[in-house]
Amino acid sequence: MSVSEEYSLRGIIRELLHYKSAVIGLLILLFLVGISAYAIFFTPYSKSGQLWNEREIWLKYPKNAAPEWVNYFSSKKLPRTIFLGHRKEGHSEEKLRNGAITELIYTDKFYFDADDFPDDIIIFVNATYARSRPKMEVYWTKPSGDTLYLGKYTLRNGTNRIYLTNNVRLEGDLAEHVIKKIGKKPNFVISLNRALFISYNGKLETEKGRYSARLKFTLRNEGDKVSYETVIYGKVYGIAGTDDQRRPLDLGLIWGAPIALAFGITASLIISFVQLIIAAISGYYGGRVDSIIQRLTEVYMILPFLPILIMISLLYGMSLWKLLLMVILLSIFGTSVKTYRVWTMQIKSYPYVEAALAYGAGNMRIILLYIVPRLLPPIVPTLVLSIPSYVFLEAALSFLGLSDPNVVSWGRIVEEAFSGGALYKGYYHWVLMPSIMLVLTAISFALIGLALDRIVNPRLREM
Amino acid sequence: MAFPKVAKVMIKRAFILFLMVLVATYITVIVANAGGYIDKIEISSIKLKISQTVNGNPAYKGLSLEERQKLIDKLSQIEIRSRGLDQPFLIRSFRYLWKAITLDLGRATVLTSDSGSRSVRIIILERLPQTILLFTTATVINFFIGLFGGLYLSRKFGSFWDKLVIYLSPTSAIPGWFYGIFLILIFYTWLHVLPPGGLVDYPPPTDSIAFFLSVLKHMILPLASWVIASFFIGIYSNRSFFLTYSTEDYVEVAKAKGLSPRQIERRYILRPALPPIITSFAFAVVFSWSGAIITETVFNWPGLGLTYYRAIGVFDVPVIVGITVVFAYLIAATVFLLELIYGIVDPRIRAGQGGGL
Repeated sequence: MSVSEEYSLRGIIRELLHYKSAVIGLLILLFLVGISAYAIFFTPYSKSGQLWNEREIWLKYPKNAAPEWVNYFSSKKLPRTIFLGHRKEGHSEEKLRNGAITELIYTDKFYFDADDFPDDIIIFVNATYARSRPKMEVYWTKPSGDTLYLGKYTLRNGTNRIYLTNNVRLEGDLAEHVIKKIGKKPNFVISLNRALFISYNGKLETEKGRYSARLKFTLRNEGDKVSYETVIYGKVYGIAGTDDQRRPLDLGLIWGAPIALAFGITASLIISFVQLIIAAISGYYGGRVDSIIQRLTEVYMILPFLPILIMISLLYGMSLWKLLLMVILLSIFGTSVKTYRVWTMQIKSYPYVEAALAYGAGNMRIILLYIVPRLLPPIVPTLVLSIPSYVFLEAALSFLGLSDPNVVSWGRIVEEAFSGGALYKGYYHWVLMPSIMLVLTAISFALIGLALDRIVNPRLREM
Repeated sequence: MAFPKVAKVMIKRAFILFLMVLVATYITVIVANAGGYIDKIEISSIKLKISQTVNGNPAYKGLSLEERQKLIDKLSQIEIRSRGLDQPFLIRSFRYLWKAITLDLGRATVLTSDSGSRSVRIIILERLPQTILLFTTATVINFFIGLFGGLYLSRKFGSFWDKLVIYLSPTSAIPGWFYGIFLILIFYTWLHVLPPGGLVDYPPPTDSIAFFLSVLKHMILPLASWVIASFFIGIYSNRSFFLTYSTEDYVEVAKAKGLSPRQIERRYILRPALPPIITSFAFAVVFSWSGAIITETVFNWPGLGLTYYRAIGVFDVPVIVGITVVFAYLIAATVFLLELIYGIVDPRIRAGQGGGL
């Protein structure tokens, strides 16, 4: 690469659009920038880290659910999460009064047509009462008309969570009921969630059709109130699925986009500029300044970058932006300084620099306004091409468990998937979704960078 | 006549490199001790330990609380002084530097070697061969793929394969460890044909051939991940590189003289291209060792990188510093070796003009 090529930055960008690969790269980049903008303006982005660490708020999402589009590729249709309750479709209410006792009967009808069984059923009940505790009875009617009694629960004041599927005694009773209906003991385990949805044909299949869940509340005092929501957790959710703590991954992926872009681009930009200025100073001044800078780059070459960075982030427990600063500090005397310095020495003897010297321009003025701008075009491809490496550096640090706990990054999601055993349990989406985002980012900058490289180095273009 | 000049240059470079290692290690020591912070932790742990032994010793039961406290202070002072922790950090930092440079790496606080030793040096020596085995193999494979692939494509540029490599070269923006995750997902989680990590099967085969084969089986995925990561960019950059050399005037002259393509390739393209190629190879080797930390963690490969990762997990500072220093030494050794090879292949250096990288 030489610096004699005459190229303005604007010219480079105009020419970039002639390359199909660069256009694809730019489109992907635009998509990522769009996501980032969405994350910042339309989601509670400033609190994303806290929200991600919170367990309670994700309770109504399914656990380890695959993305919904999985259903298009498999013959076995996985169930979505079904929400039942007030003001939802298929809801009907009945109120019976018997003196001070009020009986509320809520019936929810819903259609179920998936081939796999739902995961869990939780009934969230809000109750307020004066003296004696309200009771709740649950009935379950299958499309065939078979009605199952799912037990009687006493409610506390405030929010109650009835984990229907955790009721071991009920599970035993229902399994017996199913075996009686089938006529023989099947060769699979009848867990509670299966018992509620199984068809009685002896195979491990769901019964499709209209189900109805009936909740009968008995309130003993005037003014007692209950409200509820039943969640039948499915096995698919959204475009990215969920993780083992029920967190929707699509939200995590959106929140990770600004981090990845900001980290990668800032690191690459600042490091390239600072390296350029250092190299220009080294090459322009020569002498002692030059030799000090050159020795420093050699020390930097020997400093093991990643181990030092890991050690620092471990010992000082840093936030993402301090980490970025460390990355920059550990890179500014990188080996590129040597290359840029050689270029500076070429430019130094150009007539226009001598002319500037002749009219009395200061040294820093010459470096910053005459040499650095001249060096910029040839380093643009390198700058763009090195962005992915910084994005992956952040991912790598997160992967080692050194991420900022207040930041949701793609690398962190991959790490959570790894430590959550996604690779061994076969939760492909949990690893793949954040990985795809990282890959998209990398490919986008690589496509743009390689096209830029061909523009700035016409020798490559001819070949 | 040329040799003494080379030797002089080399000795000078070795000396400079040693100074560089000294500075790099010193920075490591300063960072690792968090500017004396780790020592404070050590001092408080000494005090705690001594107060426990004094309070638990029946011989001191008769002493009053005050006397006992005095005794604890005195014993702690002795211990602190015997470890040299009472000196100012600046002096201690030079002592640590000396220890690190002489590879007197001390004792691990938590981790042990497989043989049960706490010595950091033994832990490192036990792990180093695995790291070198895996990553040097990977780098050598990548080097030859890049070299021969690049040569081949530079001969037939513009062909289908050439275009394919150009189009696929962006895939190399993704690092090896990341491909590793995909490979585990495909070959372990999905197909169940290869192990997801580790060095050998458990229990390790006793027969040495079976042992070797088992290690080889475990090496496939990590090696593949690194080969995939640099396959296209390796070929692409070598190809572009050879192409620039093949448009030089002297190559045209050689063609006009009627030399065979093979001769032209060897004498006029490969030879001038050799020094930069060797440089990139050496840096790839160096880079591979530090990259090892993540790849070894992904594949659970029991080398230096995984040990480093474990040391992070349990905050074992002597091991962390030890491995960092060893990395620094390895890099310096590579740089020196590189200059030695340069001295042989580059006539300008052979002539004693010096010059660096």
